[in-house]
Amino acid sequence: MSETELSPERLLGFYRDMLLIRRFEERAAELRMAGLIPGFLHPYIGQEAVAVGVCAALGRDDVITSTHRGHGHMLARGADPRRMYAELYARRDGYNRAKGGSLHMIDTDLGFLGANGIVGGGIPLATGAGLQLKRTGVKAVAVSFFGDGATNEGAFHESLNLASLWTLPVLYVCENNLYGEFTRQDRHQTVKDIAVRAGSYAMPGAIADGNDVLDVYRVARQAVARARAGEGPTLVEAKTYRHRGHYEGDMGAYRPADEVAEWLERDPILTFGVRLVSQHGVGQAALDEVAAEVETTLEEAAAFAEASPHPAPEEALEDVYRETYGGMALR
Amino acid sequence: MRTIAYSAAIREALAEEMERDEQVFLLGEDIGESGGVFGVTKGLLDRFGADRVLDTPISEEVIVGAGVGASLLGGRPVVEIMFSDFATLAMDMIVNQAAKTHYMTGGRLSAPMTIRLVTGTAGATAAQHSQSLEAWFTHTPGLKCVAPSTPADAKALMKAAIRDPDPVCFFEHKLLYNSKGEVPDDIEPLPLGQGRIVREGSDVTVVAYLNTRVEALAAAEALAEEGVSLEVFDPRSLVPFDRDGLRASLEKTGRLLIAHEAPARGGFGAEIAAIAAGECWELLRGPVVRVCGTNTPIPYAPELEGFVIPDAARIAAAARQMVASEAM
Repeated sequence: MSETELSPERLLGFYRDMLLIRRFEERAAELRMAGLIPGFLHPYIGQEAVAVGVCAALGRDDVITSTHRGHGHMLARGADPRRMYAELYARRDGYNRAKGGSLHMIDTDLGFLGANGIVGGGIPLATGAGLQLKRTGVKAVAVSFFGDGATNEGAFHESLNLASLWTLPVLYVCENNLYGEFTRQDRHQTVKDIAVRAGSYAMPGAIADGNDVLDVYRVARQAVARARAGEGPTLVEAKTYRHRGHYEGDMGAYRPADEVAEWLERDPILTFGVRLVSQHGVGQAALDEVAAEVETTLEEAAAFAEASPHPAPEEALEDVYRETYGGMALR
Repeated sequence: MRTIAYSAAIREALAEEMERDEQVFLLGEDIGESGGVFGVTKGLLDRFGADRVLDTPISEEVIVGAGVGASLLGGRPVVEIMFSDFATLAMDMIVNQAAKTHYMTGGRLSAPMTIRLVTGTAGATAAQHSQSLEAWFTHTPGLKCVAPSTPADAKALMKAAIRDPDPVCFFEHKLLYNSKGEVPDDIEPLPLGQGRIVREGSDVTVVAYLNTRVEALAAAEALAEEGVSLEVFDPRSLVPFDRDGLRASLEKTGRLLIAHEAPARGGFGAEIAAIAAGECWELLRGPVVRVCGTNTPIPYAPELEGFVIPDAARIAAAARQMVASEAM
């Protein structure tokens, strides 16, 4: 598939979605610094092309499991930034009614089955979702995002084995950002290309340039087509980099300055913007317009969150069970 | 009314629920062609096919995880953990994922699944195939826990567990699989949280479940000849727990003995003791007594194994002493 098959509007849409994620995260970090967001934030900044490229290859019925670094996946899927900020603000209008926060956000209408606080935790869930899609004859795929660190978890290996054995329609998307938390990849695993691990499970392993949204889209489309055709799972490794620390507050001192500088030059949004202007006839004015729209959207989203009511403390007792047998199960 | 075995009762419940709802399907190691290590799922593969009865690799985390994932999209999986000891390998999926889904999503998503945990001590299977781990799961908000002791209860509770909208841990005791009992032909699901007095008595309430209920009934029989009257209360489900049933029994006896195979320390019996002390204090005539597993792993030698697991003789001895010490 060549880039030219995508309309300029679609390409500009990719740019917009990546910028929305970037600015959502930057603003979230500021809001947290200002004391408006109480919990953990694991910023997706630098990896935007992966979420946008993969989600662009998905259809309405496809489902996603995500990670602790999940805001980008959710926004790329089309989630409402107002309800996302409201959740981060721990307010009632949040996606999870202030029960989950950043690490557990969901949007069931979008098939977004949740961020996850456990490294690798979403991988078996996507495998099971793929099983259910296959069992019920839905021509859809399940996508699991995870990082390089998660590929050392048993959950990853058990899941790939099972999905391959049962020919499940699953995309395993590894965002290799070179660090598992604070530990560089060559100090937590001996393989350089995580995609080779697919070979152990007799499934294809494909590598994408995770800083190039079009390359991610190209690879993801092939994997989705394969899954939809009933040919089974694919492991996609998107090579990328997170610009910030593991979480907000981690200064990332364990990373060499020249390495950071090199990856900043390959910023997926800046490079794609240049490409749009130089190769696709998109004017700088159009990019500026997108940037302004993103700012307005996020400004409104933050205002919405701020205006949303706090939960009442006793709401903590709700939602433990769907059926409590008259409250008996809570005692 | 028919008389069938505990394992057959569970199998019937699975089959009837699979007939009723095509979203019900089974996942587990060796449950299909082999019918399960204890034969519980025998014949179900032939009857329902490989799309409904799935033999899995030995991968407990993804077996449970696949169940959770399927349940998020409307499936009603029943997952077998061949020995509950192996649940250790799936704890993230049970405790962090299934149990918390409904809560951490603010009630927008849930994981309605049944996890069958083959539990208890039997036949010199030693420390990694004999444990009674129910307290790990009763301690986890979001999970429900049932522990039936008879074929009828097993069938009725399995139906309830499968239909329940939340994840349910279903404990099955190995020694009970061949035990027989009457099961009504048209048995209905038994709502969780309903205990049952399985033997009436007046001196001591003995709370016991799974195979320990069998031992408690034997103890009651033996003590009856000595003029000591035990009332045996089987809670049947641990979460939710039938507090009213416990209280009603204590109103009659004023004495509470709790027996289970799991180690005493931190066992579910401690929770029952706390309920009694906190809510039924005025009814108690003396200290609550626990006759539980020793705080040891399960040993191999039959004489050692027998030493660590409470039996009828130990329950009887403890109950006898409760009555006697008060008489002094």
